[in-house]
Amino acid sequence: MTDVVQPLGDTPARPVHHVDAPLSPPSASTGLFEVFRRRYLLRLLVRREISARYQGSLLGLLWSYVNPLTQFFIYYFVMGVLFQLHQDVPNFAIHMFCGIILVHFFNETFNAGTRSIVRNKTLVQKMAVPREMFPVASMLVSAYHMLPQFVILTAVCVITGWTPELAGVVALVLALAIIMTLGTAMALLFSAANVFFRDVSNVASIMTNLVRFGVPMIYPYSLVAERFHGHTEFYLANPIAEAVLLVQRAFWVGSTDDPQATIAAHLPDHLFTRSIIGLGICLVVLGVGQLVFSRLENKIPERL
Amino acid sequence: MGTQSIVVENATKSFTLRYHRTFKQMTVAALRRQDISDTFKAVDDVSFTVEQGESIGLMGLNGSGKSTLLKLINGIMRPDSGRVLTRGRISGLIATGAGFHPQLTGRENIYLNAAVLGMSEAETSRKFDDIVAFADIGKFLDSPVGHYSSGMFARLGFAVAIHVDSDIFLADEVLAVGDRPFKQKCLEKMQEVRDGGRTLFYVSHAAGSVRKMCDRVIVLEQGRLAFDGGVDAGIKFVKYDGGETEEELGSEDADEELGADI
Repeated sequence: MTDVVQPLGDTPARPVHHVDAPLSPPSASTGLFEVFRRRYLLRLLVRREISARYQGSLLGLLWSYVNPLTQFFIYYFVMGVLFQLHQDVPNFAIHMFCGIILVHFFNETFNAGTRSIVRNKTLVQKMAVPREMFPVASMLVSAYHMLPQFVILTAVCVITGWTPELAGVVALVLALAIIMTLGTAMALLFSAANVFFRDVSNVASIMTNLVRFGVPMIYPYSLVAERFHGHTEFYLANPIAEAVLLVQRAFWVGSTDDPQATIAAHLPDHLFTRSIIGLGICLVVLGVGQLVFSRLENKIPERL
Repeated sequence: MGTQSIVVENATKSFTLRYHRTFKQMTVAALRRQDISDTFKAVDDVSFTVEQGESIGLMGLNGSGKSTLLKLINGIMRPDSGRVLTRGRISGLIATGAGFHPQLTGRENIYLNAAVLGMSEAETSRKFDDIVAFADIGKFLDSPVGHYSSGMFARLGFAVAIHVDSDIFLADEVLAVGDRPFKQKCLEKMQEVRDGGRTLFYVSHAAGSVRKMCDRVIVLEQGRLAFDGGVDAGIKFVKYDGGETEEELGSEDADEELGADI
């Protein structure tokens, strides 16, 4: 197209810098796969988020535990002591703590993920980064904060005579997979939408409230089954509720005196089959989230 | 394999202007039959090709679409229509002060910024001392960049970007903030980049540095490609715009003409 001639001899001939790479669009982004291909950058972003989230606060990381712990005591007092729920449910505290950990993980991912792109606008506007990085990093930061809570839960369960078993491990892995997939999917969807309308982050915090009460955490699943006369299809269609039940299957069931009786009384039938279907649905939602994100992504830098 | 470094084909990027942000304002505007939004083309049907090793000076008035074009080439934005293709690794600065996180220290930001530009941890560590020496921020290396002066901020951004082993280097008015010694240092470093055979894409209003650095000038005018050719003719085109047509300019400075393909 254009013929390049060296200008009139005032500059010496330059060495030929040969580039082996093919000619390609500079914004070549393959979404979530690109995020995991650039793990080093992801690791730096996660580390940065961890140090930045509570920067300038005295208690720092401790806030990650204060929040769920206060929730725990409030719910334990209201539901356990006031409503006397802990009489019907063995080890009610553990039952509740299983739910709180998971719900807190999801809500943190969802809330922080929704704000992640707006929060990182300097990077988004000035550098070519796969933008899926930010919601994914939010999810990993929340996961990092969740780990010590599981250590506490395990310690408490061991004291009550709980021993690890294969089905429990499978249940835990399945539960975490569900929350990570769904959390990332929702964070992707809402983070992109939040760029266009900041109202979205308010919607997200309302939804996190619904999550808190839509799972068998402060009440047992058996109560739902009883009130709905066994028609719990819609209740169980919520993958987060399934994930909470799975964590209860992994920890709480084993801590009770008669695990088989607890399973029969307080867990739904076919929990594992339902959960695998639930995970499948979460993966579909993640796919949709990625599609929507890719659609909106083009307009993100100019709308920030 | 071809030798083109940057190929821009009929690239167009339009922005939406929103007059009314809230629902209430939008309703009122709709009732009064005012426009709710308007679009304008920041980059309008621009085509050109840059060969590997060329150094291009991109000129034009404020708001003529220079930064948007740079963002398209950098990959921060995608064109609405047309194509932008590049070969190899791209580094550079879009506006002064790259994407730094104000709460992180200079050290942490160097690693983060380098990672964004595609450098590995080992590569960054190897070049770390050079970067710090070039930025010359001394004891402030371990304090948050939010506390930096704008000059230090710009210096650190430039230092990281210039140390990436890129095939294409983009510089958007990098010299606007720095002081004289630093400007001098930047120019020398950029000449080094150019003499190494890497493609240089340089946005500037300073005719002097463009004349020094570049061997071809592209001028944008309201998003459209207004001039593509020799340095002196290009600088003349920007400065003495009134009345003169491209043909006249082209014939006047036929010697300098590199290939005005519009």
